[in-house]
Amino acid sequence: MIIKRLFDLPNYGWRTAFDDLERMRREMDSLFGQVAGKAYWPAHAGVFPLVNIAEDQDHFFIRSEIPGMQTEDITISATGRKLSISGERKIASEGENVRYHRREREDGKFSRVIALPSDIQVDKIEAGYIDGILSIKIPKSEAAKPKQITVK
Amino acid sequence: MAESKELQAKGKVEVPVSAEQTKPGPVFTPNVDIFETEKEIIMLADIPGVKTESLVIDLRDDTLTFTGEVKPTGRPDTEDILIEYQVGSYYRQFTLAEMIDQKKIDAALNNGVLRLTLPKVEKAMPRQITVKAG
Repeated sequence: MIIKRLFDLPNYGWRTAFDDLERMRREMDSLFGQVAGKAYWPAHAGVFPLVNIAEDQDHFFIRSEIPGMQTEDITISATGRKLSISGERKIASEGENVRYHRREREDGKFSRVIALPSDIQVDKIEAGYIDGILSIKIPKSEAAKPKQITVK
Repeated sequence: MAESKELQAKGKVEVPVSAEQTKPGPVFTPNVDIFETEKEIIMLADIPGVKTESLVIDLRDDTLTFTGEVKPTGRPDTEDILIEYQVGSYYRQFTLAEMIDQKKIDAALNNGVLRLTLPKVEKAMPRQITVKAG
């Protein structure tokens, strides 16, 4: 929901009036959540893995919590302004002679495509995986970086 | 299993608190697997972002508690443009039915997954008592 609203906008629509709308929607959501008596966190795209995205002038930073992965099971690819994260989370079998009390952790495949608001340098993306957190650093393309113009 | 299933996105579940906390920030209930073999109880918990030094495991009487603190990692000079998950600490508590050999507890943290091995106390060996004819 939030993804759609933010990412379908043209570039100049970023962080403008919609920001206020978005904030208002979150506040409303949390209000309703309190009435319903449960902890409520704003809607996400509903696609695994959930991501947090931040930016500075030159980069986008994507972070995602995917515990218990092997780095070779994560595939990241990029084209134009789209970044795709896919992979498979495997949970090793513990043998036949075990008796499970609880089984809450889940395994399976995942795949997600994230459309970024501006063009990126696909050949300079860096990714790291520490403590179960995947972090991706994506440089913006030169054309997308803000330019300072000197007034003569 | 021919085809493995697709992972579904799930928000984290916050720990229901009876009293207000002194430390700021949300606390979540991590997902765990618990299973038992003849000799030990093993617990696996998903706690991404927790480092070994900020993980506290406590076993008192028959109550096992673990807390993992996560420090916010955002860079100071960046601006968030999409937040789908919150970062916070993890807390979970269990009551154990079996006697645990406290000295032999083993914990390993690997890629955000905690593996806790709790060996059961060796049961008293069955002894045969021979009745001597007096």
